Amino acid sequence: MAVCAAIVGKDNSPKYFACTNPDEELNFQYKVLSSLDVVEEKLNAANKGSDMRELYLGILYSLETHKIYGYVTNTKIKFIIVAESTNTALRDNEIRSMFRKLHSLRA
Amino acid sequence: MSMSDDLFEFLHSEVINYSIQRNEIKKKESKDDDLSNIEFIGFSTGFKVIERLTKEMPRFKDELDTMKFICTDFWSAIYKKQIDNLRTNHQGVYVLQDNAFRFLIKISNGKQYLEYAPRYVAFTCGVIRGGLANLGINCLVTAEVQNMPSCKFHIQVQRM
Repeated sequence: MAVCAAIVGKDNSPKYFACTNPDEELNFQYKVLSSLDVVEEKLNAANKGSDMRELYLGILYSLETHKIYGYVTNTKIKFIIVAESTNTALRDNEIRSMFRKLHSLRA
Repeated sequence: MSMSDDLFEFLHSEVINYSIQRNEIKKKESKDDDLSNIEFIGFSTGFKVIERLTKEMPRFKDELDTMKFICTDFWSAIYKKQIDNLRTNHQGVYVLQDNAFRFLIKISNGKQYLEYAPRYVAFTCGVIRGGLANLGINCLVTAEVQNMPSCKFHIQVQRM
């Protein structure tokens, strides 16, 4: 299970934020917001020729305790999911399907 | 043609009738119709529709790729056919030609009703502009009708 999910708008404004442990919400917000820079970097790299055409960006970065995954729609809405590093059962495909569900719910 | 397609056409022509009538009440002196209202309805429709349509699509490579999407998937989702001709000067001007535009095809082909044609293309101009705006392309869209069921949309991309 993911411990935190966030939706961020076109202009990097927060649209939705949810996490399992409310005491750590601020901490997660920092993590999510700092990961937006990585999202931007990845999008710029994608524009410069390399054919990364999937909406799912993969792992943005991993911290000691958590892993952060990103997904950007065609309309530049960003979805961020934070999962615990200890949870090794979580495969890339499962994260991808989590993002798909999130996207369907939003659209 | 299915039920919902007919309903869409009826709704579209009613929306146009309604806003034209309201404008006539407001000011009688000017001869041209005020179509900005209809254009804005189109804009917000396009803006929302694109969110759903692009859900299963891979990311667009560039502007031309986006335009191709507009001509094929986007157009068939709304007008049940694809754009017949796409032309570009590769400097931000695109011309989309539809030889049997859905909102004009039910109107008599002759010159008689040509003056009413702008009413029936304003919504679509808005839809295109809204869709592209949500995909991050700011543009100006104008339409041109020379012979009745065919219609050309000129898209001018605004570069910063």
